[in-house]
Amino acid sequence: MSGLTLSGIRKEFGTFVAVEKIDLQIPNGSFVCLLGPSGCGKTTLLRMIAGLEQPTNGEILIDGSDITGIPTHKRNLGMVFQSLALFPHLTVAENISYALRIRGASKKDQTARVDELLEMIHLSGYGDRKVSQLSGGQRQRVAIARALALSPKLFLLDEPLSALDAKLRESMQVELRQLQQKLGITTIVVTHDQREAMTMADIVVVMGEGRIRQAAPPVEIYRKPADKFVADFIGATNLLPITRDSGGVAQLNGAKLEGITLDENEGTLSVRPEDIHLLSVGEGTVEGTVAFIRDLGATVETFVDVDGHQVMASCSPRERRPLQVGDKVGVSFDKGASVVLTS
Amino acid sequence: MNQPAPNSVKDYGPLLYPALMLLVFFAIPFGIMIAVSFFQRDPAGFYTVDFVFSNYERFLSAFFGKVLSFSVGLAVLVSLICTVISFPFTYLLTRLKRRTQVFWLVGILSVLSLSEVIIGFSWSSLFSRTAGLTNLLVSLGILDSPTSLYPSFGAVLTAMVYQALPYTILVLYPSLARFDTSYLEAAKTMGASPIRAFMNVMVPVQRNTLIATLIMVFVFALGSYLLPQILGRPQHWTLSVLITDQAIYQSNMPFAAAMAVFLVLISLALIGLTLLIGKEEKVVS
Repeated sequence: MSGLTLSGIRKEFGTFVAVEKIDLQIPNGSFVCLLGPSGCGKTTLLRMIAGLEQPTNGEILIDGSDITGIPTHKRNLGMVFQSLALFPHLTVAENISYALRIRGASKKDQTARVDELLEMIHLSGYGDRKVSQLSGGQRQRVAIARALALSPKLFLLDEPLSALDAKLRESMQVELRQLQQKLGITTIVVTHDQREAMTMADIVVVMGEGRIRQAAPPVEIYRKPADKFVADFIGATNLLPITRDSGGVAQLNGAKLEGITLDENEGTLSVRPEDIHLLSVGEGTVEGTVAFIRDLGATVETFVDVDGHQVMASCSPRERRPLQVGDKVGVSFDKGASVVLTS
Repeated sequence: MNQPAPNSVKDYGPLLYPALMLLVFFAIPFGIMIAVSFFQRDPAGFYTVDFVFSNYERFLSAFFGKVLSFSVGLAVLVSLICTVISFPFTYLLTRLKRRTQVFWLVGILSVLSLSEVIIGFSWSSLFSRTAGLTNLLVSLGILDSPTSLYPSFGAVLTAMVYQALPYTILVLYPSLARFDTSYLEAAKTMGASPIRAFMNVMVPVQRNTLIATLIMVFVFALGSYLLPQILGRPQHWTLSVLITDQAIYQSNMPFAAAMAVFLVLISLALIGLTLLIGKEEKVVS
C-alpha cells in the first residue's frame, strides 16, 4: 500500500492516554491537517510519525514497510517545529545545509542546494545572515527550506504559523499550499486554526480527546460533520435538540420539521448560521424573538431566542430585514443543509 | 532595556551600595596586599614600609615558575574534567522527573556542606592501604594485595574534582534546564544521531555557559591548598600552599603578598584570554 498508514496507534504517558484508536491512511502527495483543540493529541500523533515519541501500541507504515521502531534520524523526513528550532549559532545557509553536511555532501553540492532552496523561499542572498537578523516570516521560510533540504518523503509541520501575525499567517498558508503542490510531497500539518486547515488541506483530520473524530475533505467536514464535536469545532453552528414524532419526522419544540427525518428518539440538528432564514411571523417553521443583532459590516448576525434556545442567523447586509431587538420572527431552516446528528 | 541613561549624580544612587561593598571587601584588602608586596621583610618582626622589587625578583626563579605552572595546569585539568563530566550529567538530570531531580540536587548540594578538611581526610582513608578502596578490589579478586594510592597526583586530582563537581553542576543546571530540546529533535529529524546532535547543537548553543563554567571551576581549583597538602607529595603542592607557608610559617608577608598578587594577575590574564578566544570563535562561526 502506498502512502503513510497509521494503524491502531495508542500512546500513554503514565496513566494518561494521549491518543488512542488512530487508524488513518494518507495517500502519497496529499496535504493533511491534523486539527483539534489543544490537548487533543494532535502534536503527539505528529511526533510519533516523526519518531520523536514511541507509540505504546500500533504500527506506522510508509509504503507498506513498518517504520515504528526506526529512530528519527534514520527516517527520511523533514520537520518544522513550533519554535522553529533554527540553530542560533549557524547562519541561514549553514542551517539549511545541516542535513546535507551530516550526509557528507560536498561543499559544491551544499552550496548549489542551498541556493536553490533560498530561491524557492524567495530569500536569495540571505545565506550569510544570522538567524537573529531575520524577521518572523523569514525565519519561518528558512525553517521550511531546512526541512526540505533532502527532499524528504514526508514533510511534518507542528503549528508552523502560530507565531506569525494574522495577515502574514494567511499569506504563508497560501504559499505553503502552493509549495506543497509544486513539490508533490506528502505533508502533515498540526494546527488548531480551522481556517488554516480549510485553506491548505486535501484532508482535514479533526481530533478530539485523543481520537480521530472525522477525516474528510474540508468542504465535507464543514457540510457533513460526523458528530456534534466536529460540527461545533468547525465554524459556527447552531446545535438544536430535536425529537422524533410517530411518523419519523424530526420535531423542534413540538414544531414539525418537514423533510428532516430522525431514526432515533432524540438527536441534534446542526444548522450553519447562513442556512437559517428569518421570515415574518407565521411563515417560518418555528417562531422566536430577536435577542441581539451584531452588524459586522460584511455579515449581519441575528440572535433569535426560540423557546429558550439561541439560534444564530447570519446574512449579508443586503438581505437584512429591518428587525429590531424584541421583534417576533419566523425561523426556517435550509433542510438540505441541515445535518442530523445522533449519539 | 528602555531605561534612560543616567544624567545626574542622583541617578547613580543605586550603584552606591554595591560600590561600597566592592571597595570594603575587595579593593581595600587587595590594595593593602599590593602595598605589602613591595615592603621589606623584617625577620625580627613583621615588615617595614618600603618600596622594593626584591619580593618579585625572588619569585622569578625556576622553582616558583614550576610551582606556578603546576598550579595553573592542575586547575585547568580539574576544570576540564569537571565540565566534561558535569555537562552531559546535568543535561540528563534536567530531563528527569521533578522529584528525581530534587533528590539528586539535594544529594549533590550536601557535598557542599563538607569542609575541605573533611573531604581531604575522607579521601586519604579511601586511598589508604589499610582501609582503602584497594581492599575492595582485593576481595573482588582484581588485586593481589591492598596498596596505598596516596600521596600521588591522581589522589589530589580525584579529591579536587570531587570537591568542585557540585559547583560545576549548580552553575550548569539553570541554563541546561532552560534549554529548548526541540533543537536536538530538529537535528535528529535532519539525520543526526543523538550523540552527533548533542555535539553539533547542544555544545555550541551552550558555549557561553561552558566558558563561564570552565572559568569558575578554574578559579575555584586555583585557590585549593589543603587537598594537595593532604593527598599529594611536595611536588604536587600548589602556589597557594607556598603562599600559606610563607605567610604563616615563615612570617614573610611581603613575599607571600607578592606571590598572591602574581597569582591573581595570572588568573585574570588567563580568564581574559579565554573570553577573547570565545569572542573570536563566535565571529568566525
